[in-house]
Amino acid sequence: MKILVTVKRVPDPETTIRVKPDGSGIVTDNIKYVINPFDEIAIEEALRIKEKLGGSEVVLASIGTKVVTEQLRTGLAMGADRALLVLCDQELDSLAVSRILAKLVERESPQLVLMGKQAIDDDANQAGQMLAAVLDWPQATFASQVQLAADQASVQVLREVDGGLETIGFSLPGIITADLRLNEPRYASLPGIMKARKKEIKEIPVAELGVDITPRLKIHKMDPPVKKIGGKKVETVQQLLDLLHTEAKVI
Amino acid sequence: MDFQFSEEQEEIRKQVRALCSRYPDEYWRERDETGEFAWDFYQAVADAGYLGITIPQEYGGSGLGITEAALVMQTIAEGGGGTQACSSVHLGIFGLEPLIKYGTEAAKRKYLNKVLTGETHVSFAVTEPDAGTNTTQISTFATRKGDGYVISGRKVFITKARESKKMLLLTRTTPYDQVDKKTMGMSLFFADIDPEAVEIRELHKCGRKSVDTNMLFIDNLYVPKEDLIGEEGRGFYYIIDGINPERILVAAECIGMGKRAVEKAVQYAKERVVFGRPIGMNQGIQFPLAESYAKLETAELMVYKAAWLFDHGKPCGKEANIAKYMAAEVACEATDRAMQAHGGYGYIKDYDVERYWREARLFRIAPVSQEMVLNYVGEHVLGLPKSY
Ligand SMILES: Cc1cc2nc3c(=O)[nH]c(=O)nc-3n(C[C@H](O)[C@H](O)[C@H](O)COP(=O)(O)OP(=O)(O)OC[C@H]3O[C@@H](n4cnc5c(N)ncnc54)[C@H](O)[C@@H]3O)c2cc1C
Repeated sequence: MKILVTVKRVPDPETTIRVKPDGSGIVTDNIKYVINPFDEIAIEEALRIKEKLGGSEVVLASIGTKVVTEQLRTGLAMGADRALLVLCDQELDSLAVSRILAKLVERESPQLVLMGKQAIDDDANQAGQMLAAVLDWPQATFASQVQLAADQASVQVLREVDGGLETIGFSLPGIITADLRLNEPRYASLPGIMKARKKEIKEIPVAELGVDITPRLKIHKMDPPVKKIGGKKVETVQQLLDLLHTEAKVI
Repeated sequence: MDFQFSEEQEEIRKQVRALCSRYPDEYWRERDETGEFAWDFYQAVADAGYLGITIPQEYGGSGLGITEAALVMQTIAEGGGGTQACSSVHLGIFGLEPLIKYGTEAAKRKYLNKVLTGETHVSFAVTEPDAGTNTTQISTFATRKGDGYVISGRKVFITKARESKKMLLLTRTTPYDQVDKKTMGMSLFFADIDPEAVEIRELHKCGRKSVDTNMLFIDNLYVPKEDLIGEEGRGFYYIIDGINPERILVAAECIGMGKRAVEKAVQYAKERVVFGRPIGMNQGIQFPLAESYAKLETAELMVYKAAWLFDHGKPCGKEANIAKYMAAEVACEATDRAMQAHGGYGYIKDYDVERYWREARLFRIAPVSQEMVLNYVGEHVLGLPKSY
């Protein structure tokens, strides 16, 4: 089975994000970048499927500038077989991303596309769904368990939905987006890191794919979250009621 | 000059960090309490291939250099495991060098693979009670008998003897008063720690509780000839060969511990509010931490310079010694300052910095004392007369 896994380079969730004074974006100096954590879970799932089935191939796909090589190497060190990097130095919205990915899917014809449910930078949570629409493929988002049928022709996915769990199934090819509890991604071994050096990262200029990537969205302004202010203690219930009325203006 | 780590080296750092994040401070705090060896951590490091990092590829290792090994050790220390984590794997990561360099093909085929899978732990048995720093004065003796040797004597401070099946054992094969040169007449064995002939008595230490350090009473231990490493009488030189890399690794461990301590202190100083503001707003808290950080970064440069020289086959005695000296000093200072920044809580085990502080102290004493490093610098770098 061939599995395509999408990989986005995002700021390390552990770094403190600062918004530029003019609100046009975030300060990128001294930021460490990582594989989007949900994509890492998707890679792990693909590797587990590969290890279980044998004879499978895990192909990573990413879009961005050459710096993304760093994240692709990490994925290859974890055990993916090869990678595709669509070179593009323009900001892309989710529709453009899914159109580019659709082209890669056409070229590679994977049976399964595994993606993160969202990227932790812009939290759009759209690429998977849009890719399914562009390809007209079935999709299962927010997967917390993936069960491949014995004949490898279909899959059952457990989804975490509000108020419970839902199991859905579809015939392959299809798209699954990974939720947090799907698995715990592995760390790469030293031999894995060394093998990754020799694996192929194929670079594809975005122009070669002939897709319309004109932005349809514009970010007007970014604001940092409002700073939390500590609470205060009051002596009596009456005081509390007064403050709720006069200061917090909630009653 | 190129100060950039390669992509692969950065990746190693990242992946070791990921591995260590599964063994948080609580894990090491518990080990420090119970003294139970960190088996699962040790096995995870072995499974991820790091025990073979400097072992040549033809014997199943990765054949990388001391630079990569130092990065691994620094990252492990930085992960919060300190010396408990580092010492649990230290010898696996570098200690087998004498065997790799001077052992027979058969011995290498027989043992290296078991070391890299983590199956065989190895101890390094050099120090003796009556010789101390003056290694040439050791008296543990190997007498030829039939097709091998019979060894008797006492060793002290032997780390991990409890877990180990094997030890690199330095003995005299010619008594001290019968050699022309005092560094001759010593031999190195890859000996079994046979419970019939070796009694292990654990010592109670200031820190690093889960990695045992022991007295060994060796009484008529039989070692077959095949387990002699290299030539009889030249063992001291085989040990000396590994001294610089060991200093580099230890220095890297110090840097890791120091950085971890500063990081913890910084975090705490941001959060702890006294007199209506975070204590980190006071320069009295800020400056010592900033200064320690500056010193750690500077010492780190010397660590990787020494590692680079070693990996490029150049002499690195000066750099390795200075790196060890500076790294141990700044690690002790940084852990002490981290404790100070924590106030009373710094003295409480739940805050972990006192554990780092106890552990870092070791490296001003072992594997070589600061005084002996300064002796080296005084004599061999500055050209002053030998003082001892
Ligand atoms: C936790 C721990 C683990 C260890 N693990 C191992 C191990 O696995 N294998 C092993 O073989 N050894 C091990 N050691 C031993 C360690 O290498 C020695 O403790 C160290 O080399 C010093 O030897 P000593 O303790 O006998 O000190 P001594 O030689 O008694 O020295 C005492 C003090 O005098 C100073 N001194 C001595 N001579 C001079 C001089 N000429 N000039 C200036 N100062 C001098 C020393 O620097 C030191 O401060 C370990 C030690 C410890 C504490």
